[in-house]
Amino acid sequence: MIKGVIKKGAYFDSVTLMIVSKDLNKIEGVADSSVVMGTNENKSILKMAELYIDMFDDADDTDMLIAIDAENDEAFNKAVDFIEKELDAIRNSSDDTSDFAPKSFESALKLMPDANLSLISVAGKYAVAEVNKALNANLNVMLFSDNISVEDELKMKQKAVEKGLLMMGPDCGTAIINEIPLAFANVVNKGNIGIVAASGTGLQEVSSIITNLGGGISQAIGTGGRDVKKEIGGIMFIEALKALEKDEQTKVICLISKPPHPEVLDKIASEIKKLKKQVVAIFIGADEKTVSASGAIPAVNLEQAAVISVALAEGKDYKEALNELNARQEKNKTLAKELAKNNKGKYIRGLYSGGTLCDEAQLLLKDTIGYTYSNTPLNDDYQLSDIWKSQEHTIIDLGEDEFTAGRPHPMIDFSLRNRRVVDEAKDTDTAVILLDVVLGYGSNLSPEKEFAPVFEEAKKINPNVAIICSVTGTDKDPQNRAKVKQTLENAGAIVMNTNVEAVELAESIVSFL
Amino acid sequence: MSINDIFNKKLKVINTGIESFKENIEQAGAEAIHVDWKPPVDIDPKVWETINAKEDLINEANQKALEIILKGKPNLVGMDLAKNVIPGMKPNLILHSGPPIKWERMSGPTRGAVIGALIYEGMASTPEEAEKLAASDKIEYAPCHEHDTVGPMAGIVSASMPVFIIKNEEYGNQAYCTQNEGLGKVLRYGAFSEEVITRLKWMDDVMYPILKKAIESLKKIDLKNIIAQALHMGDEVHNRNRAGTSLFYRTIAPAIIKTSDDKQNMADVLDFINGNDHFFLNLSMPAAKATLDAAKNIPNSSVVLALSRNGTDFGIRLAGTGDKWFVGKAPLPDALFFPGFTKEDANPDIGDSAITETVGLGGFAIASSPAIVQFVGGTAKDAVNYTLAMYEISVGENNIYQIPYLNFRGTPTGIDVRKVISKNLTPFIDTGVAHKEPGVGQVGAGVLSAPIEPFKNAIVGFAEEIK
Repeated sequence: MIKGVIKKGAYFDSVTLMIVSKDLNKIEGVADSSVVMGTNENKSILKMAELYIDMFDDADDTDMLIAIDAENDEAFNKAVDFIEKELDAIRNSSDDTSDFAPKSFESALKLMPDANLSLISVAGKYAVAEVNKALNANLNVMLFSDNISVEDELKMKQKAVEKGLLMMGPDCGTAIINEIPLAFANVVNKGNIGIVAASGTGLQEVSSIITNLGGGISQAIGTGGRDVKKEIGGIMFIEALKALEKDEQTKVICLISKPPHPEVLDKIASEIKKLKKQVVAIFIGADEKTVSASGAIPAVNLEQAAVISVALAEGKDYKEALNELNARQEKNKTLAKELAKNNKGKYIRGLYSGGTLCDEAQLLLKDTIGYTYSNTPLNDDYQLSDIWKSQEHTIIDLGEDEFTAGRPHPMIDFSLRNRRVVDEAKDTDTAVILLDVVLGYGSNLSPEKEFAPVFEEAKKINPNVAIICSVTGTDKDPQNRAKVKQTLENAGAIVMNTNVEAVELAESIVSFL
Repeated sequence: MSINDIFNKKLKVINTGIESFKENIEQAGAEAIHVDWKPPVDIDPKVWETINAKEDLINEANQKALEIILKGKPNLVGMDLAKNVIPGMKPNLILHSGPPIKWERMSGPTRGAVIGALIYEGMASTPEEAEKLAASDKIEYAPCHEHDTVGPMAGIVSASMPVFIIKNEEYGNQAYCTQNEGLGKVLRYGAFSEEVITRLKWMDDVMYPILKKAIESLKKIDLKNIIAQALHMGDEVHNRNRAGTSLFYRTIAPAIIKTSDDKQNMADVLDFINGNDHFFLNLSMPAAKATLDAAKNIPNSSVVLALSRNGTDFGIRLAGTGDKWFVGKAPLPDALFFPGFTKEDANPDIGDSAITETVGLGGFAIASSPAIVQFVGGTAKDAVNYTLAMYEISVGENNIYQIPYLNFRGTPTGIDVRKVISKNLTPFIDTGVAHKEPGVGQVGAGVLSAPIEPFKNAIVGFAEEIK
């Protein structure tokens, strides 16, 4: 039975609503639930999640929708009470002590006249107006929101370039400016490697590995994934590149992106040729030749990009560093053999929360075991017929819309992945469960507590299944990488330093089966 | 400018949207400020196009309106009977608060006050008779606002009632308001029992002549001055008028002694004023009205000149749209109820008294009057935050009305309907709560945010009138 409530004029941001609704499904008799603002996008998400009811037709953007799939009225009422109490607590927590929160960009600027960056994460259709306010007032912009038209993106970026401002995004989830992590970012070392990234998780993985290797970041500029497409023409990617060339703190520049459109790649290449600084580039999925043609030192995966950048930053020969990576692979073979010994399974089951990491895993596996099934396959023939069920080698991205409809992102809400880990353990064909854990601001604050009991359960079901995790993050992150690693290992997982290493181990295991 | 500029500066972030991003930035050691953002009100984009195309013109018109409002000099210059001074007043006309309304749709308290007024005027001898007459076409109704008048709560004014005359010395226009009856069972809350009528008669027969003579001897009393002082003394002159009443008392008392000779009557009048903390409300309201009316009919101005409720509808008027009303449903206030009453008993919001907010007092000046937020369990800080929020929807700041706690910053003045819509933030109003049934009276006091509908209608109507 699906029932709902509309709260007229009750506005909360989406993350607050996610946090509040996270525990809703734990209430007895509640099978599924969602609490969202009544935008058209959210309504269609509710429809996809089969949580939509007709009364929601009357709600609009400023109304809050509570949808509960409950066994009975009692459970429903309990759930609604729970939400109301939680939201009341949030609303009232600010009453006594909090200072005045301005209601608009204009008055915020009055209170902080020397503000220099505007971080915008309101729903896409309102975001453009907010961006323009910031650009007009000569503030740099990080636009977290998505659902922005290409035309608007281009206009905003052109305006920013005219004014000499950063316009990061739309759909820019990560940036680190002046050592301050913005939105979903990690707490990294200060250093001399400057990053330009059109991939949020890619930036997180590379900046974390750099830090864990003892290197550091001067600036990490996100552009949003669409920047390197033909329509936008790499406009901000190139501006950021130029800025890092001029920046005295930056010694090495690292570029991270999916393969840019050929025309854009040409533009980037001609820009790189003008630079004095050394440039490392990983265009995830592009071959070495393409990258070399750009004049950058090519990396074939995110880990390599980090390793090469650190070597260059320290004035060392990066080829030596790459050789060390190869040596590591040999060493891990011993471990793989051990893990393959009593393993009765056949397949790798990758359950990812980071899209770029999921792509990277599929690309790495393609070269050894071939294409893998996925909800976002490299090859359309490998589209999963049912995303809820793995086939042979399967690598899925649980951060995609079909999984997140009406739910928080899997980096925040682990419930879906937890269920899937257990499902995979029950499948006797599963040899390896491969997972990413992304730390940093914005992500779940104790992922180890989410995973540990689930790993233990999985190991009980299938003692010989190998659970391999990579942890993207640093010891300075609010979650503390070392602590997360230790807890996961105690629960029976093998924790590798990088996604690449985790994938290598996984494929090595299946090669011994 | 260059992108590199930011690399060498301390990062200072304005965060709009997900609030936890701001907390993370602060935790990481940078300064950030969070915008308490709400989606703007959904309005036909064409309306915005029309308005934005004339932005400069509108801003200019609003500045003009603001200047007139700031320059206003409301003085109490005399008293007389409504029929002698209020334009268009006649024996069968009853003025009421809020936008126009017919008897059929009038709320309980308004009906109660109409009944009381007809009995008071001697046009009916029983409530039943009065009700019958009220529903007939013998009685005409009109908003106080359309007759240069304002009335608290039901705001009923009939021909024989004595009124204060407030003159805007700068522009020459006048405004009128009856004498305040005090709290409890009173006509303005829709009570019409014998004690109500008896009190009204005493106010006519005893208080009115004494006050009239005293005011005449003083020639005029500067109300702007009294209001400015009252703000420094803990009033916002809408729901708290204790300081304003005291200041008025200090001004009028010697004049009463000089101009009257019946000691008992003088003492009764002075005691009545002294015992009624709301006495000054019926002076702060017409002072606001006289100030705002001078800014009527400024083409292209989106400044609000009246916020007003009749217990059924909430109506507003703009400087740039002449006599037009833009209305929506009146909401129920969030209130503290007197013992024995609950929200179930409350009538939707009622009265012309939000004219004080319109001129930058009341809820807009609540930071001066933290005692008021206690009505709804709020804190002193809440009061400050309410006032700070009102700057967001105002054209400017008052030059005379100041808030000590905000370093004597002028109160937010001149509501711009464009800002209300684009920020989805409506005026914050202090208010009394009437019982929904006629004849019961006041049941509580509280605060509310104006409903958005009148402003939605107003922005559409405004766009049509842009020249």
